[in-house]
Amino acid sequence: MTGMKQADLARSAGISASYLNLIEHNRRRIGGKLLLDIAGILGVEPALLTEGAEATLIATLREAASDRPKAGAETDRADEFAGRFPGWARLLAEAHGRIAALERSVETLTDRMAHDPHLAASLHEMISTVTSIRSSASILAEPGDLDREWRERFHRNIREDSTRLAEASRGLVAYLEASGDAAAETGAPQEEVDAALDAVDHHLPQLEAGGAPEEVAAALGEGLSVTARALLEDWCRRYAADVAALPMARLVTEMEAQGPDPAALSEVLGADPALVMRRLAALPREVMADRLGLAICDASGVLIFRRPLPDFPMPRFGAACPLWPLYRALARPMVVVSAPLAQPGRAPTLWADAVAVPRDGPGRGRDPVWQAHMLIRPIPPEPPTADAPQEVGVDCRICPRQDCPARREPSILGGAGPSRF
Amino acid sequence: MNGHVLLIEDEPNIIEAISFILSREGWRVDTHSQGSDAVEHVRRTGPDVLILDAMLPGRSGFDILRDLRDDPEMSALPILMLTARGQSKDREQAERAGVSRFMTKPFSNAEVLDAVRALSEA
Repeated sequence: MTGMKQADLARSAGISASYLNLIEHNRRRIGGKLLLDIAGILGVEPALLTEGAEATLIATLREAASDRPKAGAETDRADEFAGRFPGWARLLAEAHGRIAALERSVETLTDRMAHDPHLAASLHEMISTVTSIRSSASILAEPGDLDREWRERFHRNIREDSTRLAEASRGLVAYLEASGDAAAETGAPQEEVDAALDAVDHHLPQLEAGGAPEEVAAALGEGLSVTARALLEDWCRRYAADVAALPMARLVTEMEAQGPDPAALSEVLGADPALVMRRLAALPREVMADRLGLAICDASGVLIFRRPLPDFPMPRFGAACPLWPLYRALARPMVVVSAPLAQPGRAPTLWADAVAVPRDGPGRGRDPVWQAHMLIRPIPPEPPTADAPQEVGVDCRICPRQDCPARREPSILGGAGPSRF
Repeated sequence: MNGHVLLIEDEPNIIEAISFILSREGWRVDTHSQGSDAVEHVRRTGPDVLILDAMLPGRSGFDILRDLRDDPEMSALPILMLTARGQSKDREQAERAGVSRFMTKPFSNAEVLDAVRALSEA
């Protein structure tokens, strides 16, 4: 404790080195004059010699015993146990701590399941639809004549609601089962669309060749839910419009000089940078060897399109990391925001360009509907800006970054720093 | 004519079914689908019974209920709250806020009719 050798301390206290050794290893209790002598020699408070690590260990053992009273542990002999078998005692104490930590994790995960917004929304949708079907069916099942117009209306309502119920049930089962199959993992229509586009590497040769978006969407969306097919058709129409505005050959020609830099390409092509980002993300592997990621969000911050990368995952639902340049772009409309990205536990190898633009052109008295795009690509050999890497994560829940100013909820990985909530 | 019922619910087919069964029993039924301006709508229309869904676009039924109970003119209005969430804490929350009756989906038409009748006679 003070750098004094054990033999010197034993000699000064008037005891044998072997006896001191027994005391140090809690195999003999210390008290009275000997305790005061040794404390005096070491220049410390006597309590320090009897408390500290041993006291903590004994307290933990007693706590473990009180948690499992049926085991009948001899709590009045915890100090003796800790003294005679310190290794076993530490093992037991550590196991107790580990069990407590795991129990807390289970509680946290159970709580998250109970408050899962996707699950809650799906169940609410299903119960409301069942209520509607039950009410309409009861009216139809009642004896007596029902006006023909009303009868047809309730039949139509039941048909609509049963379709909705089937869709919601299918989505919920897929969400809960979440097998390894990508199609079965999808729970929401947007995720179905993401999975369908991912299966073709986000490149649609028929649309590049001027094919009809409805036909391409019908073929690609086979087996998807009605809502997902509608979303996919909308995306295919946008893809076709993008092809018309910026054919692949023109983009590839300019890209040879500029690289996949959406801001630079936007300038030389005279095109909207968001359009350039969508076109870059749709290039086939033979043209663009590096896979590019793309995220699109609406003004509420909700991701409405995701093309994640293995090194840049994107959350399946809920909002993403608020530090993404995607969200910074929403605060600076029409400005291309660029930065290298630093993710926890990964070397900074990725670069992000983001821009927020109106979804449609101007209209009389019509507020624009803003969407932000963010293209993820490898850090270019000659970065267009010298900005320091932007520290980003995926989602607060799974982000280990401590003291993050943008954190909105604690991490299930723990160590998220002081609570801000 | 039994009286005036205002139904605030965002599910169109539920609105249609409940409106139908109440109208058939002689109630005058008004409907509204938005939570954001629901309190003003209730004040403007002055129903005899209010049927209020707990989850509405723009504002929750619980918040609307609290606002109505804070208003001396609306504090005695019979309110039947409908919810797809049957947890006891939701019921407790509604009771604390002053709900007259609480009903979880999926309910039967007869239950709704009975509840509205009972509330109007109370």
